[in-house]
Amino acid sequence: MAKGIHMNNIPIEKIAKATPDTVAQHIRGLSDRSIAWIFVAPTIFLLLAVNIFPLIWTIWLSFTNHRVNRPNRDVEWVGLRNYERILSDPDIWNTMQATAHFLIWTIILQVLIGFMLAFLINKKFRGNDLWTTIIVFPMMLSPAVVGNFWTFLYQPQIGLFNYVVAFFTGADPASFSMIGDVHLAPWAIVIADTWMWTPFVMLICLAGLRSIPNSIYEAAECDRASKWRQFWTITIPMVLPFLMLAVLFRGIENFKMFDLVVQLTGGGPGNTTTLTSIDLKREAFEKWRTGYSSAYAVILFVTVFGLASIYVKALNKVKER
Amino acid sequence: MKSTYMMTAVASVLVAGSLPTAAAAEDLTLCWAAWDPANALVELSKDFEVQSGHKMSFEFVPWTSFADRMLNELNSGGQLCDLMIGDSQWIGGGAENGHYVKLNEFFDANDIDMADFIPATVTGYAEWPKNTPNYYALPAFGDVVGWTYRKDWFERPEIQEAFQAKYGRKLGEPATLEELKDIAQFFQGREIDGTTVYGAAIYTERGSEGITMGVTNALYNYGFQYENPDKPYDLEGFVNSKGAVSGLEFYKELYETATPPGSSNWYMSEDIDAYKSGQVALQMNFAFIWPGVEADPNVGGGKSGYFVNPKGPAGHFAQLGGQGISVVAYSEKQDAALEYIKWFAQPEIQSRWWELGGYSALRAVVEDPGFADSQPYAQTFLDSMAIVKDFWAEPAYADLLLSMQERVHNFVVAGEGTAEEALDSLVKDWTEVFEDEGKL
Amino acid sequence: MSFSVTEPNKGTKWFAGVLVVGYALITIAPLLWIIATGFKSPADSISYPPKVVFDPTLEGYVNLFTDRTRATADMLEAEGEPQTWYERIVREQGTVIIGPSRYGERFLNSIIIGFGSTALCMVLGTAAAYAFSRFRVPLKDDLLFFILSTRMMPPIAVAIPIFLMFRNLGLNDTHLGMILLYTAVNLSLSVWLLKGFIDEIPVEYEEAALIDGYTRFQAFYKVVLPQAATGIASTAIFCLIFAWNEYAFAVLLTSGTAQTAPPLHPDDHRRGR
Repeated sequence: MAKGIHMNNIPIEKIAKATPDTVAQHIRGLSDRSIAWIFVAPTIFLLLAVNIFPLIWTIWLSFTNHRVNRPNRDVEWVGLRNYERILSDPDIWNTMQATAHFLIWTIILQVLIGFMLAFLINKKFRGNDLWTTIIVFPMMLSPAVVGNFWTFLYQPQIGLFNYVVAFFTGADPASFSMIGDVHLAPWAIVIADTWMWTPFVMLICLAGLRSIPNSIYEAAECDRASKWRQFWTITIPMVLPFLMLAVLFRGIENFKMFDLVVQLTGGGPGNTTTLTSIDLKREAFEKWRTGYSSAYAVILFVTVFGLASIYVKALNKVKER
Repeated sequence: MKSTYMMTAVASVLVAGSLPTAAAAEDLTLCWAAWDPANALVELSKDFEVQSGHKMSFEFVPWTSFADRMLNELNSGGQLCDLMIGDSQWIGGGAENGHYVKLNEFFDANDIDMADFIPATVTGYAEWPKNTPNYYALPAFGDVVGWTYRKDWFERPEIQEAFQAKYGRKLGEPATLEELKDIAQFFQGREIDGTTVYGAAIYTERGSEGITMGVTNALYNYGFQYENPDKPYDLEGFVNSKGAVSGLEFYKELYETATPPGSSNWYMSEDIDAYKSGQVALQMNFAFIWPGVEADPNVGGGKSGYFVNPKGPAGHFAQLGGQGISVVAYSEKQDAALEYIKWFAQPEIQSRWWELGGYSALRAVVEDPGFADSQPYAQTFLDSMAIVKDFWAEPAYADLLLSMQERVHNFVVAGEGTAEEALDSLVKDWTEVFEDEGKL
Repeated sequence: MSFSVTEPNKGTKWFAGVLVVGYALITIAPLLWIIATGFKSPADSISYPPKVVFDPTLEGYVNLFTDRTRATADMLEAEGEPQTWYERIVREQGTVIIGPSRYGERFLNSIIIGFGSTALCMVLGTAAAYAFSRFRVPLKDDLLFFILSTRMMPPIAVAIPIFLMFRNLGLNDTHLGMILLYTAVNLSLSVWLLKGFIDEIPVEYEEAALIDGYTRFQAFYKVVLPQAATGIASTAIFCLIFAWNEYAFAVLLTSGTAQTAPPLHPDDHRRGR
């Protein structure tokens, strides 16, 4: 396990690379075109069946007043009413805000810390493999379990976190409560998520750093470029596509963050950590407002889809440079 | 024991084989929450397996996902569960959506009389609509919110003196909610055996039903009512009456001045932990925990006492918990499932159920002269069951519950707005739900 | 590696090492605390103030793998003296074991579903990634984005239709259903990552193989696959981690036969697990 998880010298991702010219079109056996279809079709088919079909179903449901827990009631077509209700509900905007806070801060922290760690590990000090492996551990745990353990760690009376903070600041461990205070709770979830997922960003950055050929730096040395300049003109631009990919995946994952936060705070105190997925789950599986929650889901999906497509365009631009 | 089981098993197989009515052996699945009483039920059910020849399987889901998982199962017509010990609030949906089998004919045919069970449990767990003789469950596990306290701390002379000096009365089980608050505040931050302890562990949980199950114990006793007794679903002035507002303010004050720091999202298991680890002098919790408290090495064996939820200025009630056992309508093994209920309803099985830590709702068990003395908490349980009140059990209970969770938690824990605003909003939310349901 | 100007000097390495080790220690501390909690008795694990020194016990693990009930006097008598170490542990708590818990089988389910979906995901993902990397697939960028977009839907959002669909197909609460589901969720990640790895493998190798008379398929599995092995392995680990730890779908879609381990954890965390 330990050996496999960190990916020495493996460049993770090179989407930008132009597709190489198709080789020798006329070979025995199947044509390239049919091989391409045989290779791609199962994936597309499975995704259509398991992801797209339910999505279309969800879209259809979003125009109805269907409730799964009222099988006897007639399903009525309500047009855009569900969408109107959602977009005019101030509570939804609160959850969007909570989600944005969570999303932005986790990404900032994870990118900064993750990149810094990768950069330092890439200095290849002795034992760096071992410490990399240790850092990666949290990522291998179940988010639900991590959420649980952090509630435990954040308990003012019996948890580790407050005692550690108390040790360094001299404050009374019982004087603050990370998940009980409306101002601290949004940070409590950011800290737990950062603890868990920084290694992911780190691994991808490390792969990026290791894919930079030494010869580029050597050439820069010959040109008497300072280390600082090398960092900004070589390291950053070369790692950027990797970093952006890491941000893309973390962004998508955290936009739909559910299990960790639900176990950690249950969305409280108040609604301060009620992220959109938690809210959506309440609508869909507690209130069973299937039509309403489907509309909610569609709105979320369109939001992520829109943001992600803009982002991927930017990513492709960066890579083409 | 094992060999006796064997003998009985062999005997019952022989007997069963010779009876013309013997049904084919089935594999029955019973669904319930994953908690202590469920394990006791597994033990109890071994007798049923021997008696009937059916095999019992169990599906226990943690409380945090119990409602999600099981309601999903019922709503989708799943056949996982043949028997369901569903939460009391599900009974309306279970009945109206046809998830549960109506049991009236079965009860009549098998001489099971609902009058033999504690009336509050029949209304709470079995009837739909409420107060009509239409039964969809057999009361299986009686439960009610009550209080546990550190008797050993209460009895210490120095603590007694300090309390006497401060409040001018003797420290003991509180008679009113105000007195309870005094006691909790008295313990808050006090040094006992070198550690700082706190007043009371109360329900504040946001995600499922926690804070509602807690706050109602104050609301009821200060004058909150779910609806106009004369006009169903008329909420204005009952849900947000003056009394209800002061009840809600009481709960917030209790939370702010007499509970451990960080207890902002606590329900049953957090309260148990805080109490067992010696953080608090009092805990609010359902009665199911009491056998566990008595058996605990730190706080059991006489160190703990139990009292009924104290009365308030406007009444004396306690929040009902507990469940009834129902036969799932989608099951293909309904006959065997009914056999289980018939077996479970027998007085000797019910009394064994109580011995194993299950709160029997059968009057023959709880009214037995020896019952009150059988456990230190038995009398408290009986007294509490006499004053219970339950949350809505409408098919739309989940919507009603979620609104209440949000409004109350946001006021009590997150400190948003005033008590009036919280309850006014609750009236608005609930009215909307009932309008959606076509009840208004 | 031979010495080069890019090799960092001793001081830099030392500095980097200290920082990384410092972070690693901070990150591992909560984990060690949790592992230690696993070996505490339930009473010690919630003790107030927290205990750093404690008597290690396997009680937490025994509790995880067994179902127990509080024993009445006659049950204790009938059971006789505890025979095994784990029976002794539970007996000290005044309880008796009534049977193995479901944890063992849930764990096995986690293994079946985790490895099953990872294997399937690798087969489909590698094939698709190879095609996207080497061939002119029509609408390639759109297809790739489509594959990515399937990851954007919150699982909660599609859980209801998936639940209904699985029920109609008889896939509800089955291993196959969960394997297909997790494969679909993971495909986006694996296709995108694997395409990157395969892009890195020079096309010349395959060209040489083709000229030697290999067919496309042969070139694929005799030349490309071995080259991409490390990439496939690391992608597989990502997929396995996800499938192993997935919670939302597992809670909502599985119950008896195909339930994985994570949904069981929540209530047990304070009980020493």
